[in-house]
Amino acid sequence: MNEVLFRVNGLSKTFGGLQAVRNVGFEVREGQIKALIGPNGAGKTTIFNLLTGVLAADSGSAEFEGRELIGLPTHRIAALGIGRTFQTSLLFDQMTVLENVMVGHHLRGRATMLTAALRILGAGREENEYRRTAMETLDRAGLADLAGRSAAELPIGQRRMVEVARALAAEPRLLMMDEPAAGLNMRETEQMAETIQQIRDSGVTVLIVEHDMSLVMSISDEILVLDQGQRLAEGPPSEIRNDRRVLSAYLGEEADGC
Amino acid sequence: MDITAVQVWQFILSGLTTGSIYALIALGFSLVYNATGVINFAQGEFVMLGGMITAASMEAWELPLWAAALVAIVLTTLIGLILDRAAIRPARHASVVVLIIITVGASIFIRGVAGIIWGPDERPLTAFSGEAPITIWGGTITPQSLWVIGTTLVVAIAMWLIFEYTVAGKAMRACAINAHAAQLCGIELSRMISWSFGLAAGVGAIAGIVLAPITMTQYNIGTMLGLKGFCAAILGGLGNGLGGIAGGLLLGVLEALGAGLISSQYKDAIAFVVLIVVLLIKPSGLLGGEEAEG
Amino acid sequence: MAARERPHTDEAIVPNEAERHAARRRAEKLQIVAFFGIMALVPFGIGNDYYLHILIYIGLHLILATGLNLLMGYAGQVSLGHAAFYGIGAYASGILTATYGWNPWLAMLAALLLTCVVAWLVGKPTLRLRGHYLAMATLGVGIIVAVVIRQWTDLTGGSAGLTGIPSMTFFGHELTSDQDLQYYYFVWAWAAALTVLFANLVASRPGRALRALHDSELAAQVLGVDTAGFKVRAFVISAAYASIAGTLYAHSSMRFLSPTPFGFHTSIALLVMVVLGGQGTLWGPVLGAFTITLIEETLRPYADYDIIVYGLLLMVLMIVMPGGVSRALGSLIDLVRGWVPALRGGDEP
Repeated sequence: MNEVLFRVNGLSKTFGGLQAVRNVGFEVREGQIKALIGPNGAGKTTIFNLLTGVLAADSGSAEFEGRELIGLPTHRIAALGIGRTFQTSLLFDQMTVLENVMVGHHLRGRATMLTAALRILGAGREENEYRRTAMETLDRAGLADLAGRSAAELPIGQRRMVEVARALAAEPRLLMMDEPAAGLNMRETEQMAETIQQIRDSGVTVLIVEHDMSLVMSISDEILVLDQGQRLAEGPPSEIRNDRRVLSAYLGEEADGC
Repeated sequence: MDITAVQVWQFILSGLTTGSIYALIALGFSLVYNATGVINFAQGEFVMLGGMITAASMEAWELPLWAAALVAIVLTTLIGLILDRAAIRPARHASVVVLIIITVGASIFIRGVAGIIWGPDERPLTAFSGEAPITIWGGTITPQSLWVIGTTLVVAIAMWLIFEYTVAGKAMRACAINAHAAQLCGIELSRMISWSFGLAAGVGAIAGIVLAPITMTQYNIGTMLGLKGFCAAILGGLGNGLGGIAGGLLLGVLEALGAGLISSQYKDAIAFVVLIVVLLIKPSGLLGGEEAEG
Repeated sequence: MAARERPHTDEAIVPNEAERHAARRRAEKLQIVAFFGIMALVPFGIGNDYYLHILIYIGLHLILATGLNLLMGYAGQVSLGHAAFYGIGAYASGILTATYGWNPWLAMLAALLLTCVVAWLVGKPTLRLRGHYLAMATLGVGIIVAVVIRQWTDLTGGSAGLTGIPSMTFFGHELTSDQDLQYYYFVWAWAAALTVLFANLVASRPGRALRALHDSELAAQVLGVDTAGFKVRAFVISAAYASIAGTLYAHSSMRFLSPTPFGFHTSIALLVMVVLGGQGTLWGPVLGAFTITLIEETLRPYADYDIIVYGLLLMVLMIVMPGGVSRALGSLIDLVRGWVPALRGGDEP
């Protein structure tokens, strides 16, 4: 077994009177694809938001490579090596696809406002290099011919792929993907499954929230099932598939795909 | 110089008077903001128009005060409706900044026309019921100030009645909460927006009329009054009518106290200092909702 | 404003977007060189001091509008009080040179530092606000500074104005009042330098970070962009541009400062320059600076009627072209392309 990369403990969050996340804890091992599943309102996206500093946790801890994330602002968490994609794929619509990916290089760049404006201390060279590597990133993802398109005009499937490429440009150690297959057709979903596995094989650990059961079952190494903000079950797909509690939680909720 | 309690009370009394004017302007802002999401920087010009038209029609046609005031309110309301039709509506879906520029442009235009028609001179308006000051707990207040405060109270109550009990008022509230849903229920959004502009202009004119005897009136008084009314509206939480009235009164009192106790030279800055401090502590205004998401 | 339908060709023929991206940057540099080259020749075409005078103002407005464009067009934040920083730059330079006898360059630097400190102190807390609330807070700052300039008479001379500001020096040479031509080149050299810095900045890591947070703060943050920090930096830089323009104004041929040019109406005029030209583009604010300055100067002789026309123009222009001239031109070109079949094939970046 690989080492634990990410350890979450006792995570809780209440909105008004509603306890959205209740004392949730789990581990993600290096090189895994780990999935968080559960019926609507189980608190999956809330957990993502807590772990990336978008929401403030009421209590709990999240250690990434031994460093505590809870309490850090979002951009600092990103700087530690955690990438994230969104359910609604938040691309920068005013930019081209290439520029989107170039923003993905932000963390690796060093140019400040001063050095960039004056083109000193290698700022010009850096710019050229990131333009080139961004193009390579797109090329590797098979998106090179989209590079000049405005992000706003892409269909949903391509938006998702661009968002993933952009997140990978930051070279994260852990990539958190929020429903990467939402809105995709069957062929695109298969392609996404393949991409996620490639990402894992390239050494990036993946944590996904996903509704598409067949996708989750086919690619995950381990699954954590949540229900009403609580941990319901955890284990490899083969175990989860036959877990009674899971089946009853999902009964009527989602009968598809299992 | 020692400051006595009576002096402070005096400052508060005069603060309540100007505060009432700010409150009325804030009310106008809120009406238009709720209906359209637009900050109408020309709101202050309605105040100027109210005072100027009253003074001018008393002078030119020798109308009695009540008739002149009526003329002023009707004309200003019409100008508000025209402003909506001619300038705001064609750009309804433009960005916040563009709408700010358009309403500022409208305010400059109105002021310019007023300057041409009435010239740069200040116009006095006789106080409605004499100048003999009234003493309240050691502080004095002019009858005109009571007119101002009283008018604000009456307008506030009238607004409340309109929005609470009339069909049109309820429809306007519905539009403010969810324009789309309101339209689905058969409420004609376009008419509601006209109503809002008309009411806002009318309320502005009323403020200008009752204020005129105190400060005199001039073609260019609108800008600063408008900006301070806008301060009051933000202080109370944009779009919150009651909050705007509270914000206006608070601003007036703080301004009077600041001018009296600290420095009268910096009087015009005080409102904005208060505004910034409040925004930093509570970004959505004193009585505002959750997020300052303009 | 690329043509929407690009002919579908083999991948090998499609030019690499990275190269095109770089080519666009080079083209932009050429445009800058060409534009300021033309501006260097303009004085030879006009013999009139009055026109030269207006061109100096256009240069100042260009600097102001370009700085504000960084904040509005790129970082997506509104400022309704930018004249305040213009005023701080002007008055700090004016006071330090006229009252305390500083060297103008040293005073310029001190004014710049002061403006940056003030902008940072103001920007750090207010830029957390959004929309109307940010607009109102910046408007408030603008008015507070204007009131202070008017009322702190011991320091600023108040409404009576600040006199006795010395000429700018350039390597020991005085750029005196009877030589507008020299000052013209001085101001436009600053405008050129600041435009180049601006163009470099927006086409770089921090510039993209600003555009990114303008589009989606959340998406920018998860890519490691310190959105709050970048907003404040953009605010400080745009204030710095205003400060430099202020110093240049203070030492211009009038060498006299009064509170009027640093009030609410200048803040609005700057806003209009940026929006009318087309925010978020390099040339939009330049166009805006020319247009608004020329409109203001043309109307100046028609006392009393000028503000009527000005107000009317603001309304009409914004209603007709809410996206600014550059966007309006773009849609016009698209329209013409639609009409003229021969132009349809043209595939310009």
